[in-house]
Amino acid sequence: MIKKLVASLALATMIASPAVAGTVKIGFVTTLTTPAAVIGKDMENAVNLAMEHLGGKAGETDLEVIFGDDGFAPDTGKQATDKLVKQDNVDFVAGYIWSHVLLASRKSALDAGKFLISANAGPSQMAGPLCDENFFSTSWQNDQTPMAMGEVLNKQGVKSLYVMAPNYAAGKDMVAGLERTFKGEIVGKDLTKWGADAQLDFSAELAKAKASGAQGIFVFYPGAAAGAFIKQYDQAGLKDTLPLYSVFTVDGISLPKLQAAKFNAVLGSKITQEWDPSLDNAANKKFVSDFKAKYGSYPSFYAAQSYDAIMLIASAVKATGGNMEDKAAVRAALKAANYDSVRGKYTYGNNNMPIQNFYLREVVADADGNWTTKVVETVFTDAVDPMAAECPMK
Amino acid sequence: MDTTLLVTQVLNGLQLGLLLFLVASGLTLVFGILDFVNLAHGSLYMLGAFICASLTFATGNYLIAILISLPLIGLAGYLVERFVARHLYERDHLDHVLGTFGLILVIDTLVHIFWGPQGIAIPLPQWLDGQVMLPGGIEVPTFRLLIIGTGLAAAGGLFWVVNMTRLGMLIRAGASNRTMVGALGIDIQALFALVFALGAVLAGLAGMLIAPITEASIGMGNNIIITAFVVIIVGGIGSVKGAFISALLIGLIDTLGRSFLDDVFKLVMSSDAAETSAPAVSAMLIYIIMAVVLAIRPQGLFPPKVR
Repeated sequence: MIKKLVASLALATMIASPAVAGTVKIGFVTTLTTPAAVIGKDMENAVNLAMEHLGGKAGETDLEVIFGDDGFAPDTGKQATDKLVKQDNVDFVAGYIWSHVLLASRKSALDAGKFLISANAGPSQMAGPLCDENFFSTSWQNDQTPMAMGEVLNKQGVKSLYVMAPNYAAGKDMVAGLERTFKGEIVGKDLTKWGADAQLDFSAELAKAKASGAQGIFVFYPGAAAGAFIKQYDQAGLKDTLPLYSVFTVDGISLPKLQAAKFNAVLGSKITQEWDPSLDNAANKKFVSDFKAKYGSYPSFYAAQSYDAIMLIASAVKATGGNMEDKAAVRAALKAANYDSVRGKYTYGNNNMPIQNFYLREVVADADGNWTTKVVETVFTDAVDPMAAECPMK
Repeated sequence: MDTTLLVTQVLNGLQLGLLLFLVASGLTLVFGILDFVNLAHGSLYMLGAFICASLTFATGNYLIAILISLPLIGLAGYLVERFVARHLYERDHLDHVLGTFGLILVIDTLVHIFWGPQGIAIPLPQWLDGQVMLPGGIEVPTFRLLIIGTGLAAAGGLFWVVNMTRLGMLIRAGASNRTMVGALGIDIQALFALVFALGAVLAGLAGMLIAPITEASIGMGNNIIITAFVVIIVGGIGSVKGAFISALLIGLIDTLGRSFLDDVFKLVMSSDAAETSAPAVSAMLIYIIMAVVLAIRPQGLFPPKVR
């Protein structure tokens, strides 16, 4: 009996004791294998750059980042999260490209009392009914970016649209977001297979889109699928009859590859986003130029959001002097978003999603001839996401 | 539904079917003749795509890159046979699966180290990058027609080799009764290596043809290998004719399912329910076909005449 008590006490102290004194650990879950690793690599680069800019410290506290691989699958992502939470005993779990991976992993992090920071995925559920005081985002809620695109389409007088997206949590959110603002008719919709064995040949869908007679095509194909889609769109010769409007498809990752393969159809195509490499603020200029110097290409929005995630965590660690015991203080410091975000200043809403601007961007060639994007106009100013009202937190 | 769309989708299905045939034919030969389960067949498909991508950038010409890549991928197939497969023939199927699954991981990682994680997009020459107007106002991408043409040519070539030549006779004999072929003084070891390399060339060619559409990426082979197994099971293991017919069947069913299933579902259910269930069911369609074939005709539709 005594033995048991001693053992459980010892265990309790082990669990309760903070990580190594003076060090705050950040777990960062992203995709480091499968073709989607190209996104994960970009995020990893941005995290390393952020750590370099911070000198590995937040105030007096050392920061340590441990990466986890989600293998582009919810079950693997959950295991990676469990490992970070239980074995490495991290203080923050950040990262997450994919909505379905984040949805599967949220309980592992939140139930253990960890802070969860999404650097990309913004599933509607977690901004609405499943919102949590310890969950913060440095990206957006899935609906918002396509909502901005819907607004742009209305302004441009597009009356009918064909829609294509992958069949998973974020794909459905993207379509739902578009439908919230787009006033024209959606004449056809395809949700294609997604995951490690995602469908990449879109011949059947493109033929349908062409036959539908729509005035434009809206797509959401992140990561490796983007290159495949743009190429087939180009080869099918749809540029003039079916203009392309996309979200999270054309980005800093796909553009160099598309340029190498000379897919000129993408030049001039329009996208919406909360960030752009051309945004004029000191933090962004430093981030973009250092990223280009170090890794030789423009950062993608994934990289920008990952950089922000580390900076947000560092700001909270600094504000609390590295004391992770006082959860309320850390939470308040996170909520203040008191750091220089590369998208410019933003605030957190009741559901801990950013209240921020959304921009219309256009694909252009820069002064050196490299393909990138520039801001055309601001679509939404200080936008609150539509799920905020469904979040019980006030 | 109009005929133009239907014809376009049939062409798309044909193209998918022919690509599947290129992968499945090698698989069915190796499985049928060598009695060897080669999960790593898809890795050769991926290697073909990557080698061709690099050579396209090196030579500046996609077609020349293909011509150089074909013998290289044959060599890769030979090396796999010589150093991995040959040692596993005598073992049972589980060891084949374990050994070749290990090979998939090794090849995937090597490609990751050598080419990086991002995958490569292959630029096409101008004349292949456009569209062709077929009679009846059907516009199709030129490159997809090229895939159909190449696939048919490769299928024709394979039929000629298998049915008309001495080598083909040995291959067919090997598929029926290996021991007897060996007893008649044929160097069975060399025949096996040749079949393996031939399968690698066909799979590699499929990879080279798909790469300009979907780009060369790590793990691309693992997606198609499952479908290729479905094809050879439906067609009858070891039968090239069976692989051909069932590859076209699967390609058409998959494509037409993706195109028209939601419209069909909308006739009997709400449009919302149709939109959610159709993609799920069309992804399952080919496996349903396989289950039906296995239940009714477990030996496949066109099994080779056996021992």
